Amino acid sequence: MQTLNTTLLIIGGGPGGYVAAIRAGQLGINTILVEGQALGGTCLNIGCIPSKALIHVAEQFHQTRQHSQHSALGISVAAPSLDIGKSVEWKDGIVDRLTTGVAALLKKHKVQVIHGWAKVVDGKTVDVGDTRIQCEHLLLATGSNSVNLPMLPIGGPIISSTEALAPKSLPKHLVVVGGGYIGLELGIAYRKLGADVSVVEAQERILPAYDAELTQPVHEELKKLGIKLYLKHSVQGFDSEANTLQVSEPDGGTLRLATDRVLVAVGRKPNTQGWNLEALNLQMNGAAIKIDNRCATSMRNVWAIGDLSGEPMLAHRAMAQGEMVAELISGKNREFNPTAIAAVCFTDPELVVVGKTPDEAKAAGVDCIVASFPFAANGRAMTLESKSGFVRVVARRDNHLILGWQAVGVGVSELSAAFGQSLEMGARLEDIAGTIHAHPTLGEAVQEAALRALGHALHL
Amino acid sequence: MGTHVIKMPDIGEGIAEVELSAWHVKVGDLVVEDQVLADVMTDKAMVDIPSPVHGKVISLGGVPGEVMAVGSILISIEVEGAGNYKESAQPAAVAEVKAEPAKAAPAPAPKVEAVAPGKPAAACRPAPVAPVARTADERPLASPAVRKHALDAGIQLRLVQGTGPAGRILHEDLDAYLAQGPGASSAAGNAYRERHDEEQIPVIGMRRKIAQRMQDATQRAAHFSYVEEIDVTAVEELRAHLNEKHGASRGKLTLLPFLVRALVVALRDFPQINARYDDEAQVITRLGAVHVGIATQADIGLMVPVVRHAEARSLWDSAGEIARLATAARNGKASRDELSGSSITLTSLGALGGIVSTPVLNLPEVAIIGVNKIVERPMVIKGQIVIRKMMNLSSSFDHRVVDGMDAAQFIQALRGLLEQPATLFVE
Repeated sequence: MQTLNTTLLIIGGGPGGYVAAIRAGQLGINTILVEGQALGGTCLNIGCIPSKALIHVAEQFHQTRQHSQHSALGISVAAPSLDIGKSVEWKDGIVDRLTTGVAALLKKHKVQVIHGWAKVVDGKTVDVGDTRIQCEHLLLATGSNSVNLPMLPIGGPIISSTEALAPKSLPKHLVVVGGGYIGLELGIAYRKLGADVSVVEAQERILPAYDAELTQPVHEELKKLGIKLYLKHSVQGFDSEANTLQVSEPDGGTLRLATDRVLVAVGRKPNTQGWNLEALNLQMNGAAIKIDNRCATSMRNVWAIGDLSGEPMLAHRAMAQGEMVAELISGKNREFNPTAIAAVCFTDPELVVVGKTPDEAKAAGVDCIVASFPFAANGRAMTLESKSGFVRVVARRDNHLILGWQAVGVGVSELSAAFGQSLEMGARLEDIAGTIHAHPTLGEAVQEAALRALGHALHL
Repeated sequence: MGTHVIKMPDIGEGIAEVELSAWHVKVGDLVVEDQVLADVMTDKAMVDIPSPVHGKVISLGGVPGEVMAVGSILISIEVEGAGNYKESAQPAAVAEVKAEPAKAAPAPAPKVEAVAPGKPAAACRPAPVAPVARTADERPLASPAVRKHALDAGIQLRLVQGTGPAGRILHEDLDAYLAQGPGASSAAGNAYRERHDEEQIPVIGMRRKIAQRMQDATQRAAHFSYVEEIDVTAVEELRAHLNEKHGASRGKLTLLPFLVRALVVALRDFPQINARYDDEAQVITRLGAVHVGIATQADIGLMVPVVRHAEARSLWDSAGEIARLATAARNGKASRDELSGSSITLTSLGALGGIVSTPVLNLPEVAIIGVNKIVERPMVIKGQIVIRKMMNLSSSFDHRVVDGMDAAQFIQALRGLLEQPATLFVE
């Protein structure tokens, strides 16, 4: 058996692992990264990037079809058709370019990448096939998997988000189980690609993690798109003979939904199985590995980042953690202490939440000003044919320190940068109100929300 | 619900600006009628601004230290009913709220008070801007770069005082904290360590008033100082005797009432020294009454309470009034009347009096008499060396209107009276 020695060994080449490796390489730390599938992890291969690609295809197709029917913009085209195989090919091209880019970056920073499945031996030893790797520091970054439902095992017409992002054909009917952001992003995309889409959600609202005011514009758009919502319904099982999904109604009855495909999107769970993590006997936090504010686990020099360490399961969190752990290992004093981590749903319209929501601020006992500015009063939004949505700000009443931003509307995902920056810099309402925001942009609604909180919005 | 607006009141001095000294309420507070909302300062007197209404504070019009125009909005209070203020109302529709000055009578002094040439009137602010203190469990407010710098330097941001908006910790705050060095918090620091710390103390309130008055006095008056030594052996013997005989019943006497008495008697022959010089109107006003200002050190700074009509007071009467005024001034209870209208000023540092001082005139007065400490010294009297109690008087005069000869003769008259204390009481 071949034995390799290194300072840092990273298990998992997703956004957390590969960023930690790049930063460690920059800092001159001898680093080995082990990846069983493809560099870039869920994010690049079967998550963030492919889903955005598919959403883009769906949006373009949807727009063109709208124009072919009746176009207020005066565009006339023939009814479009879709070659989904080509769409997937285009998406795969993007993924290939990005994963190749990651490999090049790792090489540039002298990170040794070993392809294979890691098996933990102890806190300083990991086996990959017949190679044994000895390390001083072990960074666990194995990410997360889709949660499966026992009555809906993945296979055939029952698919997870992974299969939904690489369809060979489009279904006529798609039932999405789960009204969270993954289910809705994909559900909306499939609807725009031409499928009949129904969403089954056990709770009484879609996007139950967000407040009702914020999700209302999304709810309306779903209705407009003709997506059927089955709220407070739960799944019983799938009859593969009749191709029907059995669903419990709120009053106890059973509904049969005829469908040729079922997407299960009921959340993600840390990937703790199958690589002998048990050998370390680390302290857990529910299903996730317990970490402190330096991403240290209960075992010295064993670190965990990203989805493996629990919520919020976001690529940008994992990247920031990975960068930090590399700096810690290099001897710097660091802690993971962001003011806020932005969360974005690429639904239609998009939804972004950064920092405290009004409910969270209230629960924390902070006396707050909450103000919102509607895109209906924003010129740029109108030119984008978008009238729904708003920007909302939450600030302390006593010193006007901004605690949170939320927005819903077309293209608001890009506002997350401004939101995050204002929170990290400790901006007060006056700071945002006093910053000239370019006209005509959606960003003007950000300034106007701050002005409104101060009692003098200009365009309302 | 309506809004009741209180404007910066005209205290009745004909002045245009008033300094806001302190708030007693904050935004969101419920206030009741007559509750004190703020302290404002004119000249050297604090005036309370009481609330004429019940209600909730919506906004404050300024920050402590700000010089505000009379008539600018001081505070807005949400009240039951209509209130006195509408957003679109004409300024004339807003009812003026007059604060009650400590005393309604106009001060007898001419316009003594130089008004601060401060900032233009403050605009009304919708909310306070003062930094709020962080609670123990609250995360320190700082930008990512400051946080990283603190981590690199091994500093807990919790321990750093933030001076930015909303208490934000700035790079400067961190630099200042770092400059203190690790030994800053431990009492046993190295006494020979280089220090680079600086503390900035805003010159506001009393200090600003004093600074302005002193600067004004030294810029406008032509100071002429004159020092003479006085043999106070006899007057000290008389004082000791009177204290022994009457101390228990009438109270102990200090040297001050004797000095006041000496001023009263000497000024009869020097009316040009018991005077006020209005250099704008070019008028000298000579006063029959002797109103003696007594320079007094209070916690908030130098104050000059006034013994009125010293010419009509006995030794014990003067002594009692001096003691009463000193206590009032030190406790901040002296009224505006008690702090203005003097015609001449006595300044004494008591045992710290030193040998010589150069007192600064209390304009528009033309003379100030400084008292130095009493020391026993060998003196030559009739060819013999004897031990005498000696005290210097260091006095300043406004040489624009008081000639050197007159000043010297006045001090010699004081000296004669104090060295022959019986003459203080012989009419």
